[in-house]
Amino acid sequence: MADEEKPAVTPPPGNEQKPGGEKQAGSVEPIRPAEHGAPETARSQAKPGEGPRPAKPTGAVPGSWDAPMVARFKRQYGSGLEALTYLGQDYLIVDRSLIGNVLLLLRDREQFDYCVDVTAVHYPKREKQFEVIWILYSFARNERIRVKTIMAEGESLPSSVQIWPTCNWLEREVFDMFGITFEGHPELKRILLPEGWNGHPLRKDYGIIQQDQEWVQLNLGIESGQ
Amino acid sequence: MSEASKYLSQLQVGEGEQTFLDSNELIINMGPQHPATHGVLRVILKLDGEKVLGTECVIGYLHRGVEKIAENRTYTMFNPYVDRMDYVAAVSNGLGYCQAVERLLNIEAPPRANYIRVILTELNRISSHQLWLGTHALDIGAITPLFYTFRDREEILKIFEKYCGARLTTHAFRIGGCQYETYEGFERDVKSFCNFVAPKIEEYEELLTTNRIWVERTKGVGVLSAAGCKALGVTGPVLRASGVKWDIRKAQPYANYSEFDFEIPTRQSGDTYDRYMVRMAEMRQSLRIIRQAVERIPEGPIMAKVPKVIKPPPGEVYHSIEAPKGELGYFIVSDGSTQPYRLRVRPPSFVNLQALDLMVRGQLVADVIAVIGTLDIVLGEVDR
Repeated sequence: MADEEKPAVTPPPGNEQKPGGEKQAGSVEPIRPAEHGAPETARSQAKPGEGPRPAKPTGAVPGSWDAPMVARFKRQYGSGLEALTYLGQDYLIVDRSLIGNVLLLLRDREQFDYCVDVTAVHYPKREKQFEVIWILYSFARNERIRVKTIMAEGESLPSSVQIWPTCNWLEREVFDMFGITFEGHPELKRILLPEGWNGHPLRKDYGIIQQDQEWVQLNLGIESGQ
Repeated sequence: MSEASKYLSQLQVGEGEQTFLDSNELIINMGPQHPATHGVLRVILKLDGEKVLGTECVIGYLHRGVEKIAENRTYTMFNPYVDRMDYVAAVSNGLGYCQAVERLLNIEAPPRANYIRVILTELNRISSHQLWLGTHALDIGAITPLFYTFRDREEILKIFEKYCGARLTTHAFRIGGCQYETYEGFERDVKSFCNFVAPKIEEYEELLTTNRIWVERTKGVGVLSAAGCKALGVTGPVLRASGVKWDIRKAQPYANYSEFDFEIPTRQSGDTYDRYMVRMAEMRQSLRIIRQAVERIPEGPIMAKVPKVIKPPPGEVYHSIEAPKGELGYFIVSDGSTQPYRLRVRPPSFVNLQALDLMVRGQLVADVIAVIGTLDIVLGEVDR
């Protein structure tokens, strides 16, 4: 039944749609702070949530985010921090050395009292390989923002467990999956993978079927988990 | 030396040493194979007699690397995988994922699709709460509610089965809308289900709400304050039972929840009993939403114009929904290719489970079972 209906409800994408999408999607390298300031026109074309007609999936470009909060941070930290918005979602890119202070101020001064998530992204081709992302929410302001910092392999971040206790497990998961260390974490050890496992699976150089053979043989008594 | 004195000398306890029976602290292992942990959760309990001094959760037994799998599948191919996280609320998982990708593509599902989505998601919320109630009550010792809730939950699963052919891992939605049009008699089935289940919820309440054993086992057990909830990132019914009127369906409405008239049930004391009351009230509110949605469901297309090959422009987006267990979020990073560069799931069960230690400290060991039940975790989602 569904197959008969499919052509009627989902006409094939128009040709005019493709070039626009392709052009924006051209660069395989994910967005980088340096590219963020770019074309004004593309941004004004595709504002999210405008009218009932959905906008075409042409690549919107992150624009700058202006808010009293951002102004306060800019006054304080100047170039150590960049404020951007993409598809209606605001985020800050903060220098690694400032991250502890900024997160603490976000909680105390800007009322972001709920840390939704801490996660990371691995970009092996970049000089600074990791992006660590905090997703924050403020009950008082009903606002959601993201804070992002960029760090290299071997560097570490201050732990936010003192700021939001929920970061305990979340940071452990980031450590488990990416091998990023958080200084001052009360008990930074693996959480989803067993202790003694070798490797951090969400790094890009860790293969999809890769596993710690030695661990599997030693602990499970089988030749391979595959 | 005689045999008896040999044994006696072995039993001698030196100064400051304690025998097993004299020692106050006892480490007990619970799980991972334990009927009351709702899956493969292992909790190491440190006890003083019957009092819990502290706990440590050992998780990961069900870790399948969902986030890694996502990076190696196209956006469309990954869609069914999300059903395997919170497998008792698969529809909610699918809704969150589809909407996150839609947001990345900057498209919106058509109105009719949104109505179908809301109806199925709310039905799923009821079924998830029913399963929670049955198993939670069973853990505490009330056996009857399990039969009642599973009997009634079956009706929801039948609707799912008729709609998409699957009962649990439904894969009901597609990026851009729904794949299936509703079947002949869908509205009638949903309406008759609403009429059928409303008195059944009263029936569950009759069994438990004023039941003296139930009240004794749940009132004042596992109290979590509003401040504690916020600090620990605990969301969903647990947060609302602590007096915080917060529900993403109201705070930052998604799909078309802003069109419906419903309330956010809250309670004040944040104990196991209040969390029970909040979930009971939520089932009624879900029925209220379903009734409105099924009356107003418009005609029209069920899929937005989505390219055959989904290739979102480079960028990142976070989208979260109010799953039956709390805030379920998807953070997706696109590099402009057909596969997500990174997909992070913010699982409510994982974050809520972290509160277990705080909630059971100082309580009795039997209450650990009650608190694990009241947190309503699904290990498929905790471990992903």
